[in-house]
Amino acid sequence: MTGWEIVVGLETHAQLATRSKMFSGAATAFGAPPNTQASAVDIALPGTLPVANAKAVEHAIRFGLAVKGQINRRSIFARKNYFYPDLPKGYQISQYELPIVAGGEVKFFVDGEERRVRLTRAHLEEDAGKLLHELSHGMTGVDLNRAGTPLLEIVSEPELRGAREAVAYARALHGLVMWIGICDGNMQEGSFRCDANVSVKRAGENKLGTRCEIKNLNSFRFMERAIEFEARRQIELLEEGGKVEQETRLYDAERDETRSMRTKEDAHDYRYFPDPDLLPLVLREEQIRKIETEMPELPDATRERFARQYALPAYDAGVLTASRAAAGYFEALVKAAGVDAKLCANWQTGALNAALNEADLPVSESKLSPASLAGLLKRIADGTLSGKMAKEVFDAMWAGEGGADEIIEKRGLRQISDSALIEKLVDDVLASNAKQVEDYRAGKEKAFNSLVGQVMKATKGKADPEQVNRVLRRKLSG
Amino acid sequence: MLNATLSELSAALAARKLSSVELTQLCLERIAQLNGELNAFITVDAARSLSDARRADARRAKGEAGPLTGIPIAHKDIFCTRDLLTTCGSRMLANFVSPYDAHVIEQFDRAGAVLLGKCNMDEFAMGSSSETSHFGPVRNPWGRRLVPGGSSGGAAAAVAARMAPAATGTDTGGSIRQPAALSGICGLKPTYGVVSRYGMVAFASSLDQGGPLAKSAADLAAMMNVMAGFDARDSTSLERPKEDYGRSLNRDLRGLRIGLPREYFGDGIDPGVRNAVEEATRWFESQGARGVQIELPHTKLAVPVYYVIAPAEASSNLSRFDGVRYGHRAKEYSDLTDMYCRTRAEGFGAEVKLRILVGTYVLSHGYYDAYYLQAQKIRRLIARDFAAAFERCDVIMGPTSPGTAFELGAKSDDPVQMYLGDIFTVPAPLAGLPALSVPCGFDGKGLPVGLQLMGSYFSEAALLGIAHRYQQATDWHLRVPNDTPL
Repeated sequence: MTGWEIVVGLETHAQLATRSKMFSGAATAFGAPPNTQASAVDIALPGTLPVANAKAVEHAIRFGLAVKGQINRRSIFARKNYFYPDLPKGYQISQYELPIVAGGEVKFFVDGEERRVRLTRAHLEEDAGKLLHELSHGMTGVDLNRAGTPLLEIVSEPELRGAREAVAYARALHGLVMWIGICDGNMQEGSFRCDANVSVKRAGENKLGTRCEIKNLNSFRFMERAIEFEARRQIELLEEGGKVEQETRLYDAERDETRSMRTKEDAHDYRYFPDPDLLPLVLREEQIRKIETEMPELPDATRERFARQYALPAYDAGVLTASRAAAGYFEALVKAAGVDAKLCANWQTGALNAALNEADLPVSESKLSPASLAGLLKRIADGTLSGKMAKEVFDAMWAGEGGADEIIEKRGLRQISDSALIEKLVDDVLASNAKQVEDYRAGKEKAFNSLVGQVMKATKGKADPEQVNRVLRRKLSG
Repeated sequence: MLNATLSELSAALAARKLSSVELTQLCLERIAQLNGELNAFITVDAARSLSDARRADARRAKGEAGPLTGIPIAHKDIFCTRDLLTTCGSRMLANFVSPYDAHVIEQFDRAGAVLLGKCNMDEFAMGSSSETSHFGPVRNPWGRRLVPGGSSGGAAAAVAARMAPAATGTDTGGSIRQPAALSGICGLKPTYGVVSRYGMVAFASSLDQGGPLAKSAADLAAMMNVMAGFDARDSTSLERPKEDYGRSLNRDLRGLRIGLPREYFGDGIDPGVRNAVEEATRWFESQGARGVQIELPHTKLAVPVYYVIAPAEASSNLSRFDGVRYGHRAKEYSDLTDMYCRTRAEGFGAEVKLRILVGTYVLSHGYYDAYYLQAQKIRRLIARDFAAAFERCDVIMGPTSPGTAFELGAKSDDPVQMYLGDIFTVPAPLAGLPALSVPCGFDGKGLPVGLQLMGSYFSEAALLGIAHRYQQATDWHLRVPNDTPL
């Protein structure tokens, strides 16, 4: 694969978080029995007309503001005409020549290094329904619940270099649309799915190669594998003297390969034209300004602020701003604990995230509130708990046994800091371990660790190891 | 009673000289007597009409009657009606029953009007003669061998033959005004956006507009008071204060500037039509109005532009008739594509197929700019012609149609000849302007001639007022066809 450059552009369909559909009042909830969420407009009864969903328009504006794109004060809904049973009107209402958002860019990281990709456009459109092939009698059914669901199609420029960069961008975009609250990001339910345009060219070549479009990638893992497979396929084809044909391909996850779905010759002539049932979408300045003032701090800004304000390493700041909920949790935790922010970051990115992952819970549904975790961190900071003891208390708290202080009390986990007691225990250990004392004095550092271990064992781990260290050193050198 | 105007009927109902049930009964008898020959109605459900009438009488008894309560109204079969067929004159929808009522139907229902039946029409409103209906051609009450005009020909014939006191129609390129003219009645196409299109089967969305057909301008006003109004379900519906369309019926004609477009009085107009129209404009001048020569230079482009834009929109609007969810589906087919092809080949008639083909062509890659985009540009020039004209005049008058009713089949083989007959009716919808047609005399063959009045946006009340004054001095609109005597 050396000597080749892979070029990827992504078209992402983000389902907009609205209660009703893009052009009808029907509900958009996922998983309802077939055709129970399809109104007269959705099944395209004669005489029905579309009315644009104001909430979906607001979401598109939010996105445009978040990526610093140009928000077109006037955009046009257009009809994309083709016949298919999941498309009740025989056309999809989309935006063609004048989309609601033009340009913009998305920042993302690959191996800790910042990259940017420019966006071509983002436009509003409606989803199609779906065909159910698993019905009996060899019949195919049509479920129009999804028909008319509002989508924002976000098109990137073809400037992503390879599968990893494409996936990193897709993840950043996924995080962003959820952060600004316009999409629930649920990929299993199809709320966020990508088509990848992949082409290859010889290193240093300016002209883009012929592209193939891989449809409907609904997981980041599949996206990476599909792009890798496709790029390899094209390179091998070209190296054997062949030619890449422009076509649409499907990724088969089971066989880990892409397959041709339709070639350029089969491509539809969609006969786009402005939808005469809908007036041009005209946005007022006040409307845009109002949404602008209500915008949350964006992930990039929050990450930079965390690094600066809390003196956190870039990695921690990145993990803590993976979602708006995580960032919110962190700030609440710092505030409630009143301890070193780095300690908070360590516990959130460490124990808490591990527990959340294991339980498959989002941070918003964490079993420990910021206030209760703060209770634990306070006891670490004031020396009541050693790190090891703190983990035990954390686990008990996660298991629902109560607050930090309650568990410390109940389990008698208070760290021993009574120096007279420690002096005595050290004396006892020294007296009964003459051999190790001799070895230590002969220069064997290992013997010292063994002595520390003996003291800690005698305290059942409740002593402050540093304090034990100090006392032992003093007595051995005395 | 069948020749009475809406206000006369309303007064009779209010004075309890007549019940709605009796009036409805009269209309149903007249339909039973004439519809076999005229074919003006596709669906008549007497039981339902009489039940509406009883409800109206009960409402009146409670003192809750409005001007149209209890009055039977016929509806073009393009308006969706619950529990009643809505065929749009097509085999495609021959068995279609809508689960909901169109906005216009709801409005009449709220007003307490009686739904008298669904009127025949050109298939999907595509035609100017009401001959393309799957349910057979409509015949003109003024002559059985003549067409009533189209596409709202069934509604026009129903009113002309006094089967219905008034009717609804739709106008895309003249489908209310032209059949009104050819059938000797009145018809109004309102400003685009005044009547909701919700529940009106779409032909060409940017042009389609519902409107009334009736015996007089005053009746049109009463109908408009029910039909017009904002509807949030139609994004092109205009949100305006409710208005009384009868408020200017007594307007003064003195000083009225009547625009007479050179292009509307040129070659190609039947002498009989020209004479009647010129006589009408002279009457207005005798009342103190002033004729102003104007120009609408893009008039000759209106027909070609219309026959690009309307088919383009229709080709897309009619895609939903695919046999998947409702309407006709071919009985036998080998796969999905075959099902689509057979269903649409069987379900649509020749004129509809012709327009779908034309519309598909003009929107195709490589042709869009030359046809559709170019047509949109000229459409704006046509609107600009009118804007300039209305700087110099208050109303434009001319013939509604260059000829009177023609014989069935006379133009069926020559679509271009048929389309050219739309020359005076297509400009107003292309510009979104209101326009109406009122009877203004007869040609040498004794066939009715229509006078067209066009005004600037939202000038319906003024147009109706001007027409009303004319009808107070003339009786063309009260003439009953010889072929269907009362």
